[in-house]
Amino acid sequence: MKYLRKNDLIVLALSLVLFAVLQGLISGRVLSSFWQLNLLIIGINIILSASLNLINGYTGQFSLGHAGFMAVGAYVGVVLTTNFHVPFGLALIAGGIAAGCLGFLVGIPTLRLRGDYLAIATLGLGEIIRIVIMNIQYVGGAAGFKGIPHNTTFAWVFFIMLFTLFFIKNFVNSNHGRACLAIRENEIAAESMGVNTTKYKVMAFTIGAAFAGVAGGLFAHCFYIISPSSFTFMQTFNYLIMVVMGGLGSITGSIAGAFVVTFISAALASWPEFRMIIYAIALILLMFYRPQGLFGYMELTNMGIFRRIFKKGGTPHE
Amino acid sequence: MNFSKQSLKLASVFIGTMLMGGVLAGCGSQSDSNEIKVGANFEMTGNVANYGSATLDGLKLAIDEINDAGGVDGKKITLVTADNKSEASEAVNAATKLISDDKVSVLVGPAVTANVIAESQVATDNKVPIIAPDATSPDVTVENGKVKPFVFRSCFIDPQQGTVMAKFASENLKAKTAVIYVDNSTDYSKSLGKVFKEKFEAAGGKVVMEEAFLAKDQDFKATLTKIKTANADVIFVPAYYEEVGKIVKQARELGITSPILGTDGWDDSKVTDIAGADALNNTYFSTHYSDKDESVKPFVEAFQKKYGHMPNVFAALGYDAGKMLADAIKRAGSADPEKIQKALEETKDLKVGTGTITMDKNHNPIKQAVILENKNGDRVMVAKIMPEE
Amino acid sequence: MEVLHQVLQQLINGISLGSIYALIALGYTMIYGIIKLINFAHGDIYMVGAYIGFFAITQVHLPIVPSLLISLVVTGALGMLVERLAYKPLRHAPRISVLITAIGVSFFLEYTTMYFVSPTPRTFPAMFGDVAVTIDSLGGIVINGQQMLILGITAVLMVILTYIVQRTKTGKAMRAASFDTETAELMGINSDRIISITFGIGSALAAVAGVLVGIYYNSIDPLMGIMPGLKAFVAAVLGGIGILPGAVVGGLILGVVEAFVSGFISSTFRDAAAFAILILVLLVRPTGIFGKNTKEKV
Repeated sequence: MKYLRKNDLIVLALSLVLFAVLQGLISGRVLSSFWQLNLLIIGINIILSASLNLINGYTGQFSLGHAGFMAVGAYVGVVLTTNFHVPFGLALIAGGIAAGCLGFLVGIPTLRLRGDYLAIATLGLGEIIRIVIMNIQYVGGAAGFKGIPHNTTFAWVFFIMLFTLFFIKNFVNSNHGRACLAIRENEIAAESMGVNTTKYKVMAFTIGAAFAGVAGGLFAHCFYIISPSSFTFMQTFNYLIMVVMGGLGSITGSIAGAFVVTFISAALASWPEFRMIIYAIALILLMFYRPQGLFGYMELTNMGIFRRIFKKGGTPHE
Repeated sequence: MNFSKQSLKLASVFIGTMLMGGVLAGCGSQSDSNEIKVGANFEMTGNVANYGSATLDGLKLAIDEINDAGGVDGKKITLVTADNKSEASEAVNAATKLISDDKVSVLVGPAVTANVIAESQVATDNKVPIIAPDATSPDVTVENGKVKPFVFRSCFIDPQQGTVMAKFASENLKAKTAVIYVDNSTDYSKSLGKVFKEKFEAAGGKVVMEEAFLAKDQDFKATLTKIKTANADVIFVPAYYEEVGKIVKQARELGITSPILGTDGWDDSKVTDIAGADALNNTYFSTHYSDKDESVKPFVEAFQKKYGHMPNVFAALGYDAGKMLADAIKRAGSADPEKIQKALEETKDLKVGTGTITMDKNHNPIKQAVILENKNGDRVMVAKIMPEE
Repeated sequence: MEVLHQVLQQLINGISLGSIYALIALGYTMIYGIIKLINFAHGDIYMVGAYIGFFAITQVHLPIVPSLLISLVVTGALGMLVERLAYKPLRHAPRISVLITAIGVSFFLEYTTMYFVSPTPRTFPAMFGDVAVTIDSLGGIVINGQQMLILGITAVLMVILTYIVQRTKTGKAMRAASFDTETAELMGINSDRIISITFGIGSALAAVAGVLVGIYYNSIDPLMGIMPGLKAFVAAVLGGIGILPGAVVGGLILGVVEAFVSGFISSTFRDAAAFAILILVLLVRPTGIFGKNTKEKV
């Protein structure tokens, strides 16, 4: 286990350097506020895509309800900070717990479904969550919840993102994570080897939902207002695109996917008429040339020059 | 799994190119002293793209007219557009881009109330004024009883319209009972429904049923079947034209004959196209202008010439916003956002496309309202109401 | 009497809405059955079909039947083209990559259409609206000409489709390919051709639904396909995805549930009810109403 720790330290140190550089760029006003905002969005999207990857990529359960869990975290968070003046950090945690609990409760019955049936059922769940929120007048209904404090800063996003990534990486490399991978590879075989498939599927689903909730809280405190229309199934598709574009079952991939998708969208902001058309074509072409995503199953720590730095620090499925 | 070096290279080149693109995009905008930049933050894709792009069409016409006439103090107005995908979070994103990257002097848009409210904080933080062409909810310019210094609009507000229509229903149509059928997905519709109910009941009427639908719904027959059983004197549908056309059509198909009332969201010839002239008989709505009005003709004709179709209410209000900002920039005598904000506050007796406006202390224009009746495919003005002070 | 009248009227409203879902769901289910792809672009094919019909009627001034046929043929060809260009190269790629491609195709169709026709909705000329039957003995239930048209066309298309799938050689090949593509190929079936034909037929059905919706609701816009597309998918899954009668039954159930929820509870809960029904059905029958529970072997 020692080498893993060492690798973790290297990555952590590199991350801190990255944070210092980016924070310097922000404080020094080198980055315009538009790109600063997009940096926040990239960070939040990384949390969302990595957590969706845990469910879809590592455990192989095709879930399309992520935006719904994000909505739960977002609304719980903003109600706590805006109406009850709870500290931001606590509100984020509460949002994550609420989303996680909901994920646990709905996960138990629905995760018995397989493949596309699970996909449409979770998509439906996400939409039901959204419609229920839309009908609660206390949180503004369809028109949205207004007057949210702008609490999300780059430091919050970056460190929560870092925590999420480490958590998911360690989870995947733990016994539990290996059980999840076994389920992805072959559920029946895993079961016959004594893996409690329901338990691990629900576990991955709950963890994924909880992180989505935290990300939802961060997202909500970025924009002063949130409305149920920000959490439609189209939003889930967006995260799914990030995950698949980066590579199912690769954390590096999730980071790259979230980065690339957010970036394309921001960089094309000056050509609104063509933005979606170009995005669509880019998506199709990428799937043609790299159907397994940019990184496939690989992590950056196993590749090329990095391999020499991170000796043997492999992911289990190499 | 084999991850070849080549594909790693490919991926890094890809990401590298994107980064470069970003840096270039970030440096792209240097302000030119011979132009004044105006940011247009509109719904160009997504759910309400039709409202956003119609407003933008009107705004573009106004800017073209101003530039053709020599611009403002010899400076051309350049419109920088950004798409907010019909989403509040993207509206913040687009506004941030326009302010920080394009360095615009004033923002116009978005069309929908929620998106303007989202945007307003960014504008306030950066001290750049906004003109919201179509957002009629009172919350847009006033928050917790305090006026937002940098937010203005070029349209009247919901309470004014709701009051006008409630009065019209009880006094002119002698209605005793009403059904309110609102679009639950917009603040606009919900707040109008609330005002109407209050005023109509204050005038001695009774609201017997309140129903709701959601934007983009296609089939209203189920709810309308229920509304039919209420047998009310009037039905109030404060909503946008796309749904209104379908509601009126389907209501008449089900044999509902009572008058149907609406608000400025109805003001588009599409309502007639969708519902059909016959179905539209016996319907009334309040709006900003009548296209038969002599003073509105120049705008309507110019719009038709440029786009080949009649303007709808969104286009008209976008046009007004354009005129309003040009006037303010002229009086400010500079492209400095804070000076423009001062000038906007002092807007007085300004002639715009749909009438004359004076800014009140809550940043709402004091503006006339008209009530139009749909009669055999034509619109007849039945009342013109000046706002009460 | 009052309640009975409402129930019957809602039933009629629901069935006409449901037939539209059914038409779109049929294409969804056929395509799924043969290549196991959730074709998210199907709703947008339906939108394109509506626009082609619209231009045939308003710009070329054709009557309804030729317009319908033109839309059917052109959209069918578009479906085949989409399959050929976007899905065929990914025949052996992971299924999820094809799904993402389908989402890409969906965006592409929506926003290219929006670019050319603008996001403003277009309106169909009024047709058959004046023909209406009012049944007074049941408290004044109204069925209008468009509803009858929709029901009639859906029924006719169902019969034709069943004939094609059950009785023709192509239909037999389709069933074989959907059962086991590899074995079908070994038996001499050109599976690429069959997949292409399936996309053609599925897209043509969606085009009919698009034109019918244009006539029924009078208005079409470039994003009109998103919700009905999703609903049709729900309908297909409800009935058991890949099974033709399942799609029709699923569509009708969905339409009726939506009408009743809007009529007796509130239309804001309509979509939630549709999804809730789907989830409940799946919990009892994990492969839909008509789905066969196949044992999976390791």
